[in-house]
Amino acid sequence: MAALLIPLAGAVLLPLVGRWPNVREALTLLCASLLFFCVATLTPAVLAGARPEWVLWEFFPGLQLAFRLEPLGMIFALVASFLWIITSIYAIGYMRGNQELKQTRFYVCFALALAATIGIAFAGNLLTLFIFYEALTLSTYPLVAHKENAEARAGGHTYLGVLLSTSIAFLLLAILWTWSATRTLDFRVGGILAGSVHGPMIGLLLALYVFGVGKAALMPFHRWLPAAMVAPTPVSALLHAVAVVKAGVFTVVKVVVYIFGVDLLKGEPSADWLLYVAAATILIASMVALRQDNLKRRLAYSTVSQLAYITLATAILAPLSLVGAALHIAAHAFGKITLFFAAGSIYTAAHKTKVSELDGIGQRMPWTMGAFAIGSLSMIGVPPTVGFVSKWYILQGALSAGQLFAVLVIFASTLLSAAYYLPVIYVAFFRKPATRGDQSGHGEAPWPMVLALVLTAAGTMLLFSLLGLPLDLAKGLVGA
Amino acid sequence: MMLLTAHLPILQVILPLIAAPLCVLLRGPRLAWGLSVLASWGCFAIAIALLRQVLAEGSVSYALGGWAAPWGIEYRVDVVNAFVLLIVSGISSVVLSGARAGIEAEVAKDRIELLYTCWLLCLAGFLGIAVTGDTFNVFVFLEISAISSYALIALSGRRRALIASFRYLIMGTVGATFIVIGVGLLYMVTGTLNMADIGARLPAVAESRTVAAAFAFLTVGIGLKMALFPLHLWLPNAYTYAPAPVTAFFAGTATKVAVYLLLRFTFTIFGADYAFATVAMEWILLPLAVLGIFSASLVAIFQLDVKRLLAWSSIAQIGYMVLGISLVSVTGLTASTLHLFNHALIKSALFMTMACVFYRIGSTQLADFAGLGRRMPWTMAAFVVGGLSLIGIPLTVGFVSKWYLILALLERGWWPLSVFVVLSSLLAVMYVWRVVEMAYLQPATSNAKPCEAPASILIPTWALVLANLYFGIDSSLTVGIAQRAAESLLGVSS
Repeated sequence: MAALLIPLAGAVLLPLVGRWPNVREALTLLCASLLFFCVATLTPAVLAGARPEWVLWEFFPGLQLAFRLEPLGMIFALVASFLWIITSIYAIGYMRGNQELKQTRFYVCFALALAATIGIAFAGNLLTLFIFYEALTLSTYPLVAHKENAEARAGGHTYLGVLLSTSIAFLLLAILWTWSATRTLDFRVGGILAGSVHGPMIGLLLALYVFGVGKAALMPFHRWLPAAMVAPTPVSALLHAVAVVKAGVFTVVKVVVYIFGVDLLKGEPSADWLLYVAAATILIASMVALRQDNLKRRLAYSTVSQLAYITLATAILAPLSLVGAALHIAAHAFGKITLFFAAGSIYTAAHKTKVSELDGIGQRMPWTMGAFAIGSLSMIGVPPTVGFVSKWYILQGALSAGQLFAVLVIFASTLLSAAYYLPVIYVAFFRKPATRGDQSGHGEAPWPMVLALVLTAAGTMLLFSLLGLPLDLAKGLVGA
Repeated sequence: MMLLTAHLPILQVILPLIAAPLCVLLRGPRLAWGLSVLASWGCFAIAIALLRQVLAEGSVSYALGGWAAPWGIEYRVDVVNAFVLLIVSGISSVVLSGARAGIEAEVAKDRIELLYTCWLLCLAGFLGIAVTGDTFNVFVFLEISAISSYALIALSGRRRALIASFRYLIMGTVGATFIVIGVGLLYMVTGTLNMADIGARLPAVAESRTVAAAFAFLTVGIGLKMALFPLHLWLPNAYTYAPAPVTAFFAGTATKVAVYLLLRFTFTIFGADYAFATVAMEWILLPLAVLGIFSASLVAIFQLDVKRLLAWSSIAQIGYMVLGISLVSVTGLTASTLHLFNHALIKSALFMTMACVFYRIGSTQLADFAGLGRRMPWTMAAFVVGGLSLIGIPLTVGFVSKWYLILALLERGWWPLSVFVVLSSLLAVMYVWRVVEMAYLQPATSNAKPCEAPASILIPTWALVLANLYFGIDSSLTVGIAQRAAESLLGVSS
């Protein structure tokens, strides 16, 4: 349980050493490594079937602030803490390379956000999860509004507005509804709602939950994600490809599996809408992504669409697709963080943000664009990247459940994502730079950034071959 | 020692009442401040002792001057008013401890002792209203507190404070008159002024029109005092133009005591059966609460002065308390009583940050907050935490209140209203965040230097802020007391 305290301690200590950048960044790296080590040591026990619990104190009568480890949370915590190490390396290069201001605040909020993420991953009941969910929103707000100009303020507005209002208006209400109906908020295998909520009310409650978790970016509550792209790229990378958005879909999966229970939802026609909303989000977001010229915005819409994949996989309600959903949390994290790293390194080295400006950049930045290509392939779902595996499981689940509609949606979206990723790779490698003379010869980005993105790109491939651990954990989720 | 504990109820009022004139006699603002701080903390200690006594042994009855209850004045303390005494004396003590610098900056030098005198008189009035078990005694203390609070507001020295104070005087006097008329009518039909006694005799004459008239006069009169929408018009100006520490004191006490009065008259004297079954008061209170929450929050969003913004927010928060009362259930009353305590902590903390800001900047205009996040980091951090508590983010007291209020609504099956409550807290997000954005994301206009408020104001402010967090994290104490208070009001035993 030291896992939660490490980033918190980091957040307290960082301002004290803020005067010496080297110490500050070493401390960040130290925290990140310690955290990952801590989470990793917890893994074998969970794999063996243990569910360690840690109750802090009673919040309301009968309702504790409690943590409980389980496989899905393990996957999420492992991914988030591992990528924090790499992002820290990357952030050092990025923040120095772009001479960003107020770097201490940046690192402090980052550590706080990670603490909140771990809190979400290990939460033992809905209330604990909700507390850390709000903490995550608030601790990332200063990161989104980091630049403090009009654009950042507007982005921060949307970010906070959507996330805070959906969580207060829908999620809190749904939690209270659950509490008043069942007098428990624990995550239990098989769900807690069976027998307490009936008929169409199940569909309504599900809507409150799913839309209440604005972080899952299901349409129409996805606007905050593109808005958050005004943040410095390391933020977009770790928080808006991994921690924040994954916290959203993670919550959705947990609510479906441990609060409703798969069986309850399977027998209830009023809950079917989730599948269609997720499918619509996948397709619409992909089409919007096609039209984005700003690289980070294109990635953001791609994230919206990929998140809906996980929701879709959950909504299929087949064991195999749930395994796929859990795997996709890890797969998308590695792939998307690589893409964001690449976008940030292009911005740092060449000060370019648009796809249309990238002609021939592959020759100047071969490592960056190589990694970008690998990340894209993982997004599309081509072997030998891990994106293929998760998609495979989702498809199998859909087939086993007889959801032909879902299968069609997955195929269509695969084509669409190929359509918005491949052109980027094409212009980068196969088109000549448009103007030769005025390009002052930039090369690769600073080495920490390149190192980070090569590592994550390698990760997407490695996970494909070393699938054992995440797969075992994912299977633990469905009790297979 | 035995002797002293037996006289706690009267000591609660006598202590500030004696200390008040001493403040005038002590020449020198510092001495007067020191004495009033001591007196206030003394009251707080007495309130704690009383609460412990009540929690352990049940309600305490004290016959003033040894005259037995129906004839003499009885002071009667149960869980409900012991809790209110604790809130009022606690807020007064903490705020007063941090008030010296702010008051010396805002009030004319030769009147500072007078301010402390008024403060203590006002405190004695509030505590008296809460402690007494005699309806006419309520009116007496009401007037003591009201008249001294008009003076407190007017002492600010700004010209507009005079108008605000005068307006408050008119409205407050109307309210007090209504209350005394109501008490008179009750005396007419029951022949007694003792609360418990009236409560026992009323059911026999409940059908009479006189009782209904008394009920109406009392409800409107108390409504004026607690700024229940639409009787709230005196509040924004009074809060805005009073000296900042005084506002912090009022925000945590004045309206809270009035809410207590409403609880006492409705449940102990008239009884829930009469008030809600015969008169159907929930259909008066409920719409007013809802309208009040919504319109006051909306108005708060458009304020240009942060103090005024918080004042409007206070009116909305009164709506939440009334909403809980109008549910007439144990959970509903628990939510209201909890919010009484929690909102006192929230608003006093927020108005204390206003005292910090006014002390340094000399203004609380929103535009002047630009860049304050850098210039006054501790003050603005306190504001942010207080603001989050006002919105109702988990781990703050605001969340605990909201949790119980929505739970109470769901218990009654009032779906649309629970949706309304969560939506209205989004309005709170909007008005709090306007200030936060201005302070942190807007660069300062000139090359302004850091100007953190002095520790003498900051420490009490942060004490309140930390209390916000503490009682938000471990709510067992407050929830337990509030629940017992609710049960005793409704006459249900757990």
